[in-house]
Amino acid sequence: MSKTYYNPADLPKFGDIAEYQPELAKKFFSYYGDVFKEGALTEREKALIALAVSHAVQCPYCIDAYTTGSLEKGADEEQMMEAIHVAAAIKGGATLVHGVQMMNKVKEVSM
Amino acid sequence: MKAATKSLQYRAHELSDNNIQLKILSATESENMSIKSFRDNLFDIGLFPLTVTGIDIFQVNVGKMCNQVCKHCHVDAGPDRKEIMTKETMQQCLDALAGTDISTVDLTGGAPEMNPDFRWFVEELSKLGKKIIVRCNLTIILANPKFNDLPEFFKKHKVEVVSSLPYFAARRTDSQRGEGVFEKSIKALQMLNAVGYGVEDSDLKLDLVYNPTGSFLPSSQASLEAEFKRKLMDGFDVKFHNLYAITNIPVSRDYEYLIVSDQYEAYMEKLVNAFNPVAAEGVMCRNTISIGWDGYLHDCDFNQMLELKVSGKTPKHISDFDLQSLNNREIIVNQHCYGCTAGAGSSCGGEVV
Repeated sequence: MSKTYYNPADLPKFGDIAEYQPELAKKFFSYYGDVFKEGALTEREKALIALAVSHAVQCPYCIDAYTTGSLEKGADEEQMMEAIHVAAAIKGGATLVHGVQMMNKVKEVSM
Repeated sequence: MKAATKSLQYRAHELSDNNIQLKILSATESENMSIKSFRDNLFDIGLFPLTVTGIDIFQVNVGKMCNQVCKHCHVDAGPDRKEIMTKETMQQCLDALAGTDISTVDLTGGAPEMNPDFRWFVEELSKLGKKIIVRCNLTIILANPKFNDLPEFFKKHKVEVVSSLPYFAARRTDSQRGEGVFEKSIKALQMLNAVGYGVEDSDLKLDLVYNPTGSFLPSSQASLEAEFKRKLMDGFDVKFHNLYAITNIPVSRDYEYLIVSDQYEAYMEKLVNAFNPVAAEGVMCRNTISIGWDGYLHDCDFNQMLELKVSGKTPKHISDFDLQSLNNREIIVNQHCYGCTAGAGSSCGGEVV
């Protein structure tokens, strides 16, 4: 099997990061668990948000985890792809809106 | 994976042999899998041997004939299956029931309505005053004009209708249950609503069953129910009472799906990692007896499909029904039981926790 940077088998080992910094890991996973509990947003809404953010930050582990997570919570392909488009729209928009700064600079330095 | 149109048995698939299924299911170790045996997990929590708490549900599989060939079916049901319960065996069921206080009879299949003596059986059960559940696949109501009046028939006998609908849209539903099933299911649900089923405060109970449309576990039943109610009402003016989330059990065609999609080991690990001791205490085999189309007795519908009859010296056929002996028997378990103990647990009535 050819070597790659990402191995799907590493996702279930996420908890192992505690080995080098147990206290910080404990705090992080406790917070993580609380973040994803049902609250003002439902677990399903949070799974879809996480799915979208996974694509924005391009974490393959997160994409795998929240694809399954979203399906488990009753989302379907159309909803999940729409969520990814939300992430794409924000990422694209964040790029383009800085164009206003470019335009400001053009005006500043141009005759 | 392309939808099958014929049962495993028709295709002479090796998985139609329950001995082969049991051999693969019983394995705890493989190249990519290492899991604890279900028996050991029960032993660790003081539940082995698993015993009966008291039979209150009499579940009868009246046959494997069905008008659908669902991908996840643990019965391997389909139009090519000819096994159906005879009227004589149905009478033996009635005779056994008449001598007990068992309150609920749950009719399943295949499509139970396709049994030619189905209506007679319901009428006789009604005379016994039992609560009757029928696991209706919805499309049967539209499959042939002779079934179109099923909503009225169910209403007459106050049958509780429990029907599968894995999603509130066509793509996911049809991927599991066959092309066109979603659209027909919605029409059938509207016909049931029209006679009063599923309407708020109606005593004509209509419940839906959610089975995951893939190798993943069901999530919160309450959340799924809320979403289904909203989507079915807004999109189709369809109402129902409760949603039951049921985990797919790796038996028969669901097993085939997991093997073909190379998901069996990953799915088994998911089930094992989600083992919940509280769910194990409330598994349905502890209060349900399963009667096969041929009259033989089993701990549950899944054991029935694996041809695991009730254990020990307990009489194994409905003609020798002995409630006391059945209430004192040991339940047969194997690795497929992890499906009923994962997360919030799973049963024919949904979550158990």
